[in-house]
Amino acid sequence: MYKYDHIDNQIVNERVNQYQDQLNRFLKKDLTEEEFRPLRLQNGLYIQRHAPMLRVAIPYGLLSSSQLRTLADIADQYDRGYGHFSTRQNIQFNWPKLEDTPHILRKLAESEMHAIQTSGNCIRNITTDPYAGVTPDEIIDTRYVAEIIRQWSTFHPEFALLPRKFKISISGSKQDRALIKTHDIGLELIQDNAQIFANIYVGGGLGRTPIIGQLIKEKLPIEDLLTYCESIIRVYNLYGRRDNMYKARIKILVKSLGVEEFRKQVEEDWEYGANSPNKIDQSEINRIKKFFTEPDYKALSAIDFKNTYKSELHFLKWIDRNTRPHKIQGYRSVTISLKGKKQQAPGDILSEQMRDVADLADKYSFSEIRSTHEQNLVLADVEESHLFEIYNQLIKTNLAEANIGLITDMICCPGGDFCSLANAKSIPIAKSIEQLFDDYDYLYELGSMTLNISGCMNACGHHHVGNIGILGVDKDGSEWYQVTLGGQQGVDASLGKVIGPSFSAEEIPNVIDLVLKTYIEVRLDEELFIDCFNRIGIEPFKERVYQH
Amino acid sequence: MKTQLIINNELINNEWALVVPEISIENVKKQAGKVVQFKTTGEEIPSHEDIEKTILPEASKVLLPLKLYLLKKVELKKKYSEIGLWIYSHEEINLFKQLDKDINDFPVVGVMIEKFADGRIFSLGNLIRRKLKYKNDMRALGDILKDQLFFLKRSGFTSFLIKEGRDPIDAIKGLNDFTYSYQGTLNEPPLWKKR
Repeated sequence: MYKYDHIDNQIVNERVNQYQDQLNRFLKKDLTEEEFRPLRLQNGLYIQRHAPMLRVAIPYGLLSSSQLRTLADIADQYDRGYGHFSTRQNIQFNWPKLEDTPHILRKLAESEMHAIQTSGNCIRNITTDPYAGVTPDEIIDTRYVAEIIRQWSTFHPEFALLPRKFKISISGSKQDRALIKTHDIGLELIQDNAQIFANIYVGGGLGRTPIIGQLIKEKLPIEDLLTYCESIIRVYNLYGRRDNMYKARIKILVKSLGVEEFRKQVEEDWEYGANSPNKIDQSEINRIKKFFTEPDYKALSAIDFKNTYKSELHFLKWIDRNTRPHKIQGYRSVTISLKGKKQQAPGDILSEQMRDVADLADKYSFSEIRSTHEQNLVLADVEESHLFEIYNQLIKTNLAEANIGLITDMICCPGGDFCSLANAKSIPIAKSIEQLFDDYDYLYELGSMTLNISGCMNACGHHHVGNIGILGVDKDGSEWYQVTLGGQQGVDASLGKVIGPSFSAEEIPNVIDLVLKTYIEVRLDEELFIDCFNRIGIEPFKERVYQH
Repeated sequence: MKTQLIINNELINNEWALVVPEISIENVKKQAGKVVQFKTTGEEIPSHEDIEKTILPEASKVLLPLKLYLLKKVELKKKYSEIGLWIYSHEEINLFKQLDKDINDFPVVGVMIEKFADGRIFSLGNLIRRKLKYKNDMRALGDILKDQLFFLKRSGFTSFLIKEGRDPIDAIKGLNDFTYSYQGTLNEPPLWKKR
């Protein structure tokens, strides 16, 4: 992974000094609340319901074991002994004190971490496939491209105060696990004759106005990637709406201009911008690439788990759900579930568990951990012969839930329990749905499906792209929940359809239960929920749910 | 010397009278992306009438709104010995193409923001340097605080008029918040070329 040199260190240290000065001026009332707000946000600091919330950047979801231990120490020293992984691969602390935040940032800087641009109207943390570099369906390893973009976007002077937040995601595999079509800019890396190119999608996003991104540039040479993104963001910076924050995202600009006109404006700017100093060359690509070389893989033979571990049924389930093929024979990638009854909220992890995972990474996976969009953790490079040991150690630390890709592997925002924007709570909804699944056989029978919960239309829980989506809405001051069906992420990204009038929190488990029963009854053979939905449409589900 | 003007990391006596039209509010909401750009509030301002009615100060050096200059250049050139121009952050740089002479004949060109969070100023600065090839002093005007200065400097601005009531000496430090920057700018290659 990328390692800081003295220059990177100096940049994050100077950022802490700058932030400390901004906080001091705010406390002395030399900065107004309105002025301090964008400044603190660009350092990941929100003022929440109970306390400030600090969001720490995990660039493209990549962490070292020592960084994870630092996060555990911060959780113990400055928070309540836990952290929360977000859908953008970052980690959030819900209970720090405002005056402690510079100390936390200093501690992060010592471990080559920071909270730069994790919030506010700027280019946010770059996200990518959590299985980059190890997945068998990979075309291009996205990690070095993500690092190049991270450096370029860090304190980019022109894009420090955009109309609204700006999210970039990169995919380099056949399957899109980075959700590039629901990002402000989505980059799809492709290869042709040993040359690397990017297809650029623009104007996707969830939130109040969910829109699937559109292709704006095809087969752009990788050397031009940054300058082309500069032209896109420049047009957005100048013309995006600033009068209404709900209409300020780039998707609204692209929609109102039409993608053709938007492309024309970008191309016109790029006539001047293509030769900006940020055009990269092969030497820079090679320099960054060196940080992401393959570890020393051994020559191993594959294990036949079903025969070798015949009597270990739970382990076999876990292998089936929580591990996935690796590009090297004899290795697999492990996804550690942060969902389930033993977790206080989806994506939460205790400091002790962080340390246990860091130990596992040291022992079995080249000291690296990745965080995923689905709010889980990954050990990417595990020898198959170590899996049984890892599984048993995960049981001891309560992280062996074998539910990856199942309905209980929910994506869920912090909701009304923490967030001051939320209309409704989301964690108790997640918990009440989990209670439905005492019976693991039923859970496995339901198979792969996604359930995403957002506490408000800002859609941090990505409800639009869940096979089942739940959205908290406010009606006359009370909390209600709207259910959507048929959303999907990935290459065939689609947005869910609303099933009908919203429900109370108490009704939700029963509604979900009825939706699932309908599916079980009408599905063909091994048909997945989403395929079944696409075949029969929303009506059968609607009828069943509202009959009761 | 009471001044809020920073040039070359120093407080400089401000000889330029800043001319700002008085705005009679006219609420015109526009669609995103239309030719008319936005004020942060969404109003189209100032109106043609506002510009016409602008009060002209007695001074020798003035910074004038570009639209005012375009409207009354003969009179203005007679009245003042030196003229600088500025645009609002919601105006287009193409306006400069209507000038009767080269933009580089003006010693100062500025961009005015009314709200601290208005980041259009950075792109406009970049375009004025890059597209219009403006070489002289470029000035940041309006709601300018210490915290934008590092970005403004890297977007091509060379002078900074700090908002009234804010300490300009402390603000100077903001110009040098960081020793290194990753990305290149017009005056500076990206960090990787130096690594």
